[in-house]
Amino acid sequence: MNITMILNGKKISADIDADMLLLDFVRDHGCYSVKRGCETSNCGLCTVFLDEKPVLSCSVLAARADGKTVTTLEGLQEEAAEFGAFIADQGAEQCGFCNPGFIMNALALFREKEYPDEDEIREYLAGNLCRCSGYEGQLRGIQAFLAWKKEKSGKGTEEA
Amino acid sequence: MRVIREYKRAESLEEAWQLNQKKSNRVLGGMVWLKMGKMQIGTAIDLSGLGLGTIEETEEEFRIGCMVTLRDLELDPGLHTYTDGAVRESVRHIVGVQFRNLATVGGSIYGRYGFSDVLTMFLAMDSYVELYKGGVIPLKEYAKMPYDRDILVRLIVKKEKAVFDYQSVRNSQTDFPVLTCAVAGTESGYRFSIGARPGKAVLFELTDADIREADVENVAEYAAKCVKKQIETGSNTRGSAEYRKHLAGVLVKRAVCKLEGK
Amino acid sequence: MKYVNKPVRKKDAMQLVTGKPVYTDDIAPKDCLIVKLLRSPHANALVTSVNKAAAMKVDGIEAIYTWEDIPQDGRRYTQAGQTYPEMSPYDRLILDRHVRYVGDVVAIVAGRDEKCVDKALKLIKVQYEVLEPILDFHTAKDNRILVHPEDNWESLVPVGADNKRNLCAHDETGSGDIEEALKNSDMIIDHVYHTKACQQTMMETFRTFCTIDTYGRLNVVSSTQIVFHCRRILANALHIPKSMIRVSKPRIGGGFGAKQTAISEVYPAYVTWMTKKPSKIVFTREECMTASTPRHEMEIHVRLGADKDGTINGIDMYTLSNTGAYGEHGPTTVGLSGHKSIPLYGKAKAFRFVSDVVYTNVMSAGAYRGYGATQGLFAVESAVNELAAKLHMDPFELRMKNIVREGDVMPAYYGQVNTSCALDRCLDRVKEMIDWDHKYPVRDMGNGKVRAVGMGMAMQGSGITSVDVGSATIKVNDDGFYTLSIGAADMGTGCDTILAQIAAEVLECSIDEITVLGADTDSSPYDSGSYASSTTYVTGKAVEKCALQVREQICRLGAELLKCPESEVVFDGKFVRQESHGKLQDEIKADTETAENTKDSTGFGGRRVSLSDIATASQCGNSIALEATVTNSSPLSPPPFMVGAAEVEVDLETGEAKVIDYAAAVDCGTPVNPNLARVQAEGGILQGIGMALTENITYNKKGKLAENSLMQYKIPTRVDIGHIRVEFESSYEDAGPFGAKSIGEVVINTPLPAVSDAIFNATGTRFYELPITPEKIAMAVAERKAENE
Repeated sequence: MNITMILNGKKISADIDADMLLLDFVRDHGCYSVKRGCETSNCGLCTVFLDEKPVLSCSVLAARADGKTVTTLEGLQEEAAEFGAFIADQGAEQCGFCNPGFIMNALALFREKEYPDEDEIREYLAGNLCRCSGYEGQLRGIQAFLAWKKEKSGKGTEEA
Repeated sequence: MRVIREYKRAESLEEAWQLNQKKSNRVLGGMVWLKMGKMQIGTAIDLSGLGLGTIEETEEEFRIGCMVTLRDLELDPGLHTYTDGAVRESVRHIVGVQFRNLATVGGSIYGRYGFSDVLTMFLAMDSYVELYKGGVIPLKEYAKMPYDRDILVRLIVKKEKAVFDYQSVRNSQTDFPVLTCAVAGTESGYRFSIGARPGKAVLFELTDADIREADVENVAEYAAKCVKKQIETGSNTRGSAEYRKHLAGVLVKRAVCKLEGK
Repeated sequence: MKYVNKPVRKKDAMQLVTGKPVYTDDIAPKDCLIVKLLRSPHANALVTSVNKAAAMKVDGIEAIYTWEDIPQDGRRYTQAGQTYPEMSPYDRLILDRHVRYVGDVVAIVAGRDEKCVDKALKLIKVQYEVLEPILDFHTAKDNRILVHPEDNWESLVPVGADNKRNLCAHDETGSGDIEEALKNSDMIIDHVYHTKACQQTMMETFRTFCTIDTYGRLNVVSSTQIVFHCRRILANALHIPKSMIRVSKPRIGGGFGAKQTAISEVYPAYVTWMTKKPSKIVFTREECMTASTPRHEMEIHVRLGADKDGTINGIDMYTLSNTGAYGEHGPTTVGLSGHKSIPLYGKAKAFRFVSDVVYTNVMSAGAYRGYGATQGLFAVESAVNELAAKLHMDPFELRMKNIVREGDVMPAYYGQVNTSCALDRCLDRVKEMIDWDHKYPVRDMGNGKVRAVGMGMAMQGSGITSVDVGSATIKVNDDGFYTLSIGAADMGTGCDTILAQIAAEVLECSIDEITVLGADTDSSPYDSGSYASSTTYVTGKAVEKCALQVREQICRLGAELLKCPESEVVFDGKFVRQESHGKLQDEIKADTETAENTKDSTGFGGRRVSLSDIATASQCGNSIALEATVTNSSPLSPPPFMVGAAEVEVDLETGEAKVIDYAAAVDCGTPVNPNLARVQAEGGILQGIGMALTENITYNKKGKLAENSLMQYKIPTRVDIGHIRVEFESSYEDAGPFGAKSIGEVVINTPLPAVSDAIFNATGTRFYELPITPEKIAMAVAERKAENE
């Protein structure tokens, strides 16, 4: 069947098998940041935005993205670098395999809530597994990013 | 992932129902559970074009479309207020936000899975399913029915004067529950919906009359004792029957303690 | 120091956080044949026939290989990444008629795409003669059922292996008279401790692709920690010369030891070698969980004797280790259970350590961070914690009384001297960090929950004494930037960056001026690989020595250009300058400044020449190589030390337990990169917590593993842990680069005893088996309650 979607701002049309997963579709179209880490929808490595909502691309049929917009880290390079720098400054990116899914979902979190507290951060990102970092360094990086953002926007002296 | 031969975004419920009569066809919910199966699917039927992805609230009821996601349930302010946060609590442990953005109410309720937090929660409320051909059926009846080829269109929750509580115990925070417990405290007593036994949720009732007759000092402990006596639990890799029975008592007691105050 | 002991960003950090395609499956050629494996559903069986006729007819299928394609009496091999001759037995064939665990490989299928390969896999018809399996490792030794009855099973190194007894290894060591020491003790702690075959669960599964290069050689690109060992393993498996194989690694999505065994390589290697076409394999997560190389299940019997005043007199240990269907890392992991736990107790007059490693019909175990020390430390530290409780002595105080100190000889640690040790400071620091005095042993929070604390110590090694080899090649390029070539594998740990930091410190340049080339058997200098916590200490020392040699080369050519004796020049990282005697510093400075733009007969302004000019000069009419290679091995393996304390909140009725705070102090010598060292510690600690609380392994009666996915095998998520806090109490190890030891493995060891002792303090029940699940806690508490009523 033929599907059409906007992938990272570009219109893509392709012929696919009905059971093709969105994960494989985006990788076939050059979005290598999207990773596969399991078969049971548990790891979060494959997180992409489907019409701006973070979803597991391993569990979405490419056909379901027909007529929709899909965003991967390839389409958010500036934001990824800006936020990612804070993770890098902690050394918490480690092997990097969880990074794209984690950063996608973190960016989704910031879109839903500008300044989440620690519990909100943990819960929102609970579906993004990481085996290298113990999560602590990533939390430090997120908090440093939020503090920097707050200061940049002049909210430094306001209440959280 | 098994093979799907065709994908169809249904343009009407009738079309979806017709397609679903073929044995090799399946309705897609969030697809998260279906994806892990091994069977061959002829046509995968997608209901997402039918406007069934919203939660409508009226004075009398909530009408929850089958394509409403678990994340939608989690964030809905109406359900949050009505259930004192219990609905939110029932889904917030499920894997992750991305997962809950896909998993649907229809998929969860149709599936009537043992581990289902969603089934447990809604069973404690005055809930009904609306089937395309079968009409409106009380959830507690639907929960006992075998799988069929009807389409689950929406979940209806009739509002009542009640307070709610949801608890679950897990071996790790985003894992399947070892036991689930949703409790409704109504004007006439308590309803206890206990799931992941590992069997699917079942309902126990304790009316005010029962409580008065029993004449106990500690209602919470009494409720726990009653449920423990009636509940059937089993063992699997996540827990033993004995542990589940123990947990049923603990969770019921805690729920009643909390709700008695209200 | 300018670069060492500094928290610099990893060299690849920005590439990783922006999701660049740098992993194996991102760079594999698009036309690779897809390789998948048909696996045995039986734990022990002989393949009587394989009918692949229908499968071969599937459109797109290139080849299907079965045991009939592999000479069954050919020389066997091991998949374990170890220095040759390997201590692991040679007990594998690429395809064996005898399958020995549920998941063992029966056929290799290669085809154009996943769909046709999946289809073909379903059409292969296999007949098995099902045999009775050995699933209980207690019954393995001398069982009439043999896991490896074959005649061509081989043990190259005497490790006490005997395939006719299902023994993969046996060892006995000791010092002093243990029975005497125990007899004369006021108190004996005598228990058996059980840990399970936990999985590394790195995020990137095993994956490899292979091609044939211009010279007809097999090129292997794999997510591996051990390129050189892999080359040998493939040569052995394929029975082709090593010279025909090249192995290299791209970015790796984690390893933790899993990739110290060649799990995936041999299959695409065989396919590509046979078909001469590129091929690749990507293991599913299910294959990672069921057919890989987890930690060895161990049952450890400890008898510990101590006096009333807390002096530990002797430790007697027997380890029974379950190596599964193949012997990989069986003989080598077991030793650490005793040798990297007992030495912590420096006052002990005697020790004895006996071990058996047995074959069974479950998934073959392998290397996982800690490598046997983790299991042994759980046993020993738990026993010491129990001793503390029985003596009504604070566990910290008890440790302080007994620990090995800097300068001590360690009889149980191969007789080595403890050359650098800040264990005592680690103890003090952690006690402070966790606020032990206000929390020990338990506080009732009043809401059905209690909070309790527990602690544990750990040690490990830094490389394998006189075995592990690390090398480095550094060359100077035009413009004066450096290329550092290593054979160690950065698997996310950041060793590429750390080694560049060491080089930069010696070469007095910035880290950005050093390009690091990763492990490639064709071009890297030899390195055993990234395991045994060897990279910083062994390879790092090679880098340090190499950079010093390069400095010499630079000075030599610089002196030549300045037409002065080599003894008169110094290099400051940017310039080689001639230093004259008898001239004051100011005069020299003035001369230099005056002569700056004046070229004299040397062609250079005054008495100095820039590195960039030296590099340029090296490319014209020059016979001095601006390059050096150094190989390093160490006769010492200085242990890193660590102390950890956990604060655990326990719901006494449901049994749920959560580590709300974990405090740790590490002595890894000088932390070359404190950020990376800290994150390594935090990550290892959480892996240990997972092993203690949530990661379970259960087999059914037929030998099938229940925890075959991330849905069933639960590693900690962000909401399963409170805070983890790590600090450094550094000793200075003279033999290490800039005082550094290692940190890679020690970090996983403290949570097992710390968490389990916290749970004892919370509930009054001690657990001797991991994981400690909510059910175990709740039922123990309920039982105690019933007993007391």
